[in-house]
Amino acid sequence: MTPEELEEIAESERAWQGKFTQRVNVCVAAGCLSCQSQSVKDALDQEVSRRGSKEHCQVKGVGCMGLCSEGPLASTSAGVLYKKVEAADSPAILDSVEGAPVARLVCPTDVPFFQRQKKIVLENSGVIDPDRVEDYIAAGGYTALIKALTEMSPREVIDEVTRSGLRGRGGAGYPTGLKWSTVAKSVGAQKYVICNADEGDPGAFMDRSVLESDPHRVLEGMLIAGYAVGASEAYIYVRAEYPLAIKRLRNAIRQAERVGLLGSNICGTRFSFRIDLRLGAGAFVCGEETALIASVEGKRGTPRPRPPYPAMEGLFGEPTLINNVETFANVAPIIRNGGEWYAQIGTEKSKGTKVFALAGRVENTGLVEVPMGISLREMVFEIGGGIPDGRKFKAVQTGGPSGGCLPADCLDMPVDYESLAQAGSIMGSGGMIVMDESSCMVDVAKYFMDFCMTESCGKCIPCRVGTYQMHRILSSVAAMTATQQDLKMLAELCDLLKHTSLCGLGQSAPNPVVSTLHSFGEEYRAHVEDHKCPAGVCTGQPVGEPA
Amino acid sequence: MSSYVVKPVPPNPDKRWKLVDATIRRQGQQARGLIETLHTVQEAFGYLDEQALRYVAVSLRVPLSRAYGVATFYHFFTLKPAGEHTCVVCMGTACYIKGAPQLLDAVQRDLGIHPGETTSDKKVSLLTARCLGSCGLAPAVVYDQEVAGKVSTAAVREHLKKWTHG
Repeated sequence: MTPEELEEIAESERAWQGKFTQRVNVCVAAGCLSCQSQSVKDALDQEVSRRGSKEHCQVKGVGCMGLCSEGPLASTSAGVLYKKVEAADSPAILDSVEGAPVARLVCPTDVPFFQRQKKIVLENSGVIDPDRVEDYIAAGGYTALIKALTEMSPREVIDEVTRSGLRGRGGAGYPTGLKWSTVAKSVGAQKYVICNADEGDPGAFMDRSVLESDPHRVLEGMLIAGYAVGASEAYIYVRAEYPLAIKRLRNAIRQAERVGLLGSNICGTRFSFRIDLRLGAGAFVCGEETALIASVEGKRGTPRPRPPYPAMEGLFGEPTLINNVETFANVAPIIRNGGEWYAQIGTEKSKGTKVFALAGRVENTGLVEVPMGISLREMVFEIGGGIPDGRKFKAVQTGGPSGGCLPADCLDMPVDYESLAQAGSIMGSGGMIVMDESSCMVDVAKYFMDFCMTESCGKCIPCRVGTYQMHRILSSVAAMTATQQDLKMLAELCDLLKHTSLCGLGQSAPNPVVSTLHSFGEEYRAHVEDHKCPAGVCTGQPVGEPA
Repeated sequence: MSSYVVKPVPPNPDKRWKLVDATIRRQGQQARGLIETLHTVQEAFGYLDEQALRYVAVSLRVPLSRAYGVATFYHFFTLKPAGEHTCVVCMGTACYIKGAPQLLDAVQRDLGIHPGETTSDKKVSLLTARCLGSCGLAPAVVYDQEVAGKVSTAAVREHLKKWTHG
C-alpha cells in the first residue's frame, strides 16, 4: 500500500458513491438495532428495489447518530434526520429525499443536543458504513498512518501526540505522549500494544459505540502507536458482552489485512504490525491494566503491584503500551491535523474533546462529544434537555463505581479531569448519569458498593473485606437500623480502602460513599436518626445477606 | 518438543469438540489460550462442565485447578446448562435508577427463582447483567439475545408468560 494506492481506493469509492444522487443512512449500531432498525433498513432496501431506483438511491447502514433514546434513527441526503422510524415508513422516507420532509418523523437537529457537540472521535459515526474499509478511506481514513510511516520518525509521532496534550480517556487521564515515550524508551525483544475495550463501568457505552460505528479509526490509532513505540503485535481486549463490536472489529481487521494496511512491511516500510482480538469474560477488575494483562495471558484477572509498570514489564514480561479505545480514536486526527490544532480545543490542562454517555433521568439520552471544559449545567440542561416530568435535579454521577455524585451546587463546574477530581468524583470513562429527587443517595451508594463488592477480585484484604463491610453498613442504613457509630465506621473504612488497597478498584471504591456523605449527609442522617428515607426508596426492610 | 506427548482424546465423539480442538491448535496448545478456549467451549456447548474443563486443562497443559479457577473467576462463564430461554435484566446504573430492581423483583416472583438459576422445568433461566451499554434505552432486558428497551414490569411479565405457558 502506497499513498497513491490509498488515494486510488478513496477516489474510486468517492466515484462509486457519487453515482447515487439519493441516500438514506440508517443507524445499525446496537442502540438502534435493539429498536429493530435492521428491519427498517431491510424495508428501505426492498422499497428501493421495488421502485427500480437501485442505480441512484443508496441505503446505507451507518454507526451511531447519538440520540439513542429516539431510535431507530435515519437520515437522508436532503439533510433531514428522522426518529422512531418504522419499517412501514420507508416509502414516505424515500419520497421525502427529493420532496418535503415527513413532518411526523422529523427529529430537529438545530437543538443544543446536536449544536453544542464538537465531533472528533465521532466524526465518522453515523456517516460511514462500519463494515467497509473503502468508506473509511474515502472519508480520509488511514492518511494519518501513511503520513506517520512515510514522513515522520517515531520520535516525531510521539512529539506530535505530546504537543496535542491528549490524556488517557480511560479515566485516569495520564498524558498519552508521556506513556508512549516511556514504552518507546523501554528495551525489550518484543513490544506490545493493547487496546483496552473492556468497558466495564455500568452506564458507559462510548467505546462500544466507537467500535461499532468506526472500527478502523481504532485500528489506525493502534497502528500509529505501534510504529511510534516500536511494537509489532497488538491485542484488542474487548468485552464478550459486545458481540456486534467483536463482529465488526474482526471484519475490520480482515479488511485492513486485505488491502495491506495490517501485516508485514506496511507501505513498503520495515514496519510490520498484527492485531488480534482477546475476549474479556465479564470481570470489572480487568479494566485495571495489570489485571487486563493477566487476562490476555489467559489467567484470572487479578492485578499486581506496580512498579514495574506495564510500560517496562507488561504482557509476557515485555514492554507494553495500554490505551483505551477513545484514546486510540483520537490519534489519527491528531497526526492528520497536528498536535497544535488539537491543543486549541478544551481547557488548559484537559485538551480536546470527550465523549460522554448521557443517561438516567434526563430528556435526551445518548452519546455526545463535547469540548473539555463545558459546564455540567450545559451538559444536563442544554444538551440533555433537562429533567423529565417536571422533577427536580438532584445529582449527576460521573465515573461509574469509581466516581462520585455531584450535587446541584457543582453544576457550574467545568467538566475536566482536575475539576471533577477536586469535587470528589472522576472523569472516568465518560458515563454521566443524571438523577432526580426520586433517587435516594444512600441507595445509590449501596448500589455501587454492591458492585465493587461483587467485582473485587479477592486478592488484597482491604478491598475484599472492606467492600463487604461497607456494603453491610450501607444496607443497615437503608434498612433504618444503623447507628451513629456505624456512620463513623463507614467514614473510617472509606479512608482505609482508599489508602491500602492494591489497585484502582479498591482505592476508588469508597468514592461514591465519600461524595454522597459529603454532599448528601442529611439523607444519611434522616435514615439513621429519623428512620426515614426522604426519597421514599428505602422501605426499611430487614438487612438481607448481600447477593 | 511435544512430539512424544499423546494428544488427549475428547470426552465423547461429539463433533463440536473439533471446534474446540481448532482453537487449541490456534493457540499453540499453550496456557495463554485458556480463556479463548473456554469461550469456544461455551459457545459450542452452552456451558462448561467438568469433563470439558478436564479436557481443556489437559490439552493446554495447565492444572485443572487453574482451568476451574479461570472458569469461576469470570462472570461470563457458566458451569450449569441454561434453560430453553434466557431472560437477562440489566442492572447498570441507568437501568437501576429507572426501575430495574422492580423489574427484577417481578421476574423473581413470577418465576420463583433467583438470578443465576433456572426454573425447575428448564424453561427459563434468569440472569442479571452489569451493564448492556443500552443505557439510552433504560431499563433494558435481553430476551434470548434480543435487547428490549424501556421495558415496563407489565411487559416483562407478558413476555415471560409466553415462554412459561407457550
